Amino acid sequence: MFGGHISARVPGTPSRVPVSVHGVADTDLAGAYFDAASTEPLHPAARAALLGALDGAWADPARLYGAARAARMQLDQARARVAAVLGARADEVAFTTSGTQAVHLALLGGARARRRTGRHLVVSAVEHSSVLHAASLHERDGGEVTVVGVDRGGRVDPAEFAAALRPDTALACLQSANHEVGTVQPVGEVAQACRAAGVPLLVDAAQTAGRADVPEGWSFLAASAHKWGGPPGVGVLVIRKGTRWRSPLPEDEREGRRVPGFENVPGAVAAAAALEAYRAEMATEGPRLSALVERVRERVPRDIPDVQVVGDPVRRLPHLVTFSCLYVEGEALLTELDRLGFAVSSGSSCTADTLRPSHVLEAMGVITHGNVRVSLPRGVRSADVDRLLAVLPDAVARLRRDAGVSPA
Amino acid sequence: MRFRGRTRRESEAPPPEPAVPAGPPPVLVIDALGRKCPIPIIMLAERIREVPVGQIVAVLADDAAARTDVPAWCRMKSQDFVREETLPHGGWGFHIRRTY
Repeated sequence: MFGGHISARVPGTPSRVPVSVHGVADTDLAGAYFDAASTEPLHPAARAALLGALDGAWADPARLYGAARAARMQLDQARARVAAVLGARADEVAFTTSGTQAVHLALLGGARARRRTGRHLVVSAVEHSSVLHAASLHERDGGEVTVVGVDRGGRVDPAEFAAALRPDTALACLQSANHEVGTVQPVGEVAQACRAAGVPLLVDAAQTAGRADVPEGWSFLAASAHKWGGPPGVGVLVIRKGTRWRSPLPEDEREGRRVPGFENVPGAVAAAAALEAYRAEMATEGPRLSALVERVRERVPRDIPDVQVVGDPVRRLPHLVTFSCLYVEGEALLTELDRLGFAVSSGSSCTADTLRPSHVLEAMGVITHGNVRVSLPRGVRSADVDRLLAVLPDAVARLRRDAGVSPA
Repeated sequence: MRFRGRTRRESEAPPPEPAVPAGPPPVLVIDALGRKCPIPIIMLAERIREVPVGQIVAVLADDAAARTDVPAWCRMKSQDFVREETLPHGGWGFHIRRTY
């Protein structure tokens, strides 16, 4: 059952089917994928590694026979490769089932280990929901949480963050960059403040791992493989040597007692292959994507009336741009763009399952409706970005007309 | 799934309700209760010209997004956001002074 299916499993190899994103079969030639911040298409290096490891590293890495030792070796090699890219030691890295699980374990386990110091947490207002939900669980269990606000560009003020640290602060948490508006956070400065206060810092690096190095000084780091072209179901939790941590979950011997459950060895191997390839490509691909984003940032407010580009214009992720169109429903705009062949995302309330506006846009105090996030995957065609820019003004005008808005 | 907890900055929390409403009463009240964003903003943009420059228009809305969107719209359009009040039967009243 582990062999013989490889050729049948890859009908969509680039040589046979037209692609709009490298390595992704795309039968709909008109389609363009602009939602890399949700998930990056599987990297060809990950696909090859995954298929190889499904056949060669399926055994239980905790056992002692040959096939098991082979799986263990592949898992440890994957760990070392991921550690090298993330600037960590191999024994500091544990594979989780997702970025969300890595955040949950780091936050709850980090807080638990410092219970005697205190039960106070500091988080920013624009963290990923995995951080905020873990923090509210901590709060329901009797802990205390300080939420540090952001400026209009979605950026944390390091002095304000530092001022929120207290003698009873067990853990602080800051994202490396924001997932909705692309603003890069002052992780280096906040890490210095945390170190001075003796407070461990958890950095949620989901949006930057594989794209850029994380500034030094963190104690915990969380990341997610599918954001760098790895497979789904693989996250990374890094715990710096000497950092106190206690699992918030029942005891389990897997992954150095940090992550319960049977290891996803093929997933880890594929994640490592993707991370190395992706990080190497980003040296040239990052600036190319950044220039395309700059084009969107310039053209959208010039070509469309009543549009606001949100997020820090300079300290930003290379591949992500977010804007809000006044008087337009976010969901209607997404549907219209999907009809025109563009996959984008939105933080507007009508597109969220809770019918609440995005907590990020809310914390920034910017327009929450008519919101569009464009995040470019590796290998995106410049022509597709131009095509979006060409159709967007009419699409917005049409929706405004339908809503009965008088022309500006 | 989105965070429902408190994410608003302390400094941006609505000010405590004054005993006597601050500022002059609105000359126009737009009822957008039960309407979802962006409709309250569309109604505001369409009807603000009905009040003289310098006068107050109030928008009543119960979509939580309006609490962010009305002040943000005022900043974008250089209108003067005066205050937010909580309505006794749910929702909020937003007072805006027409500046041009």
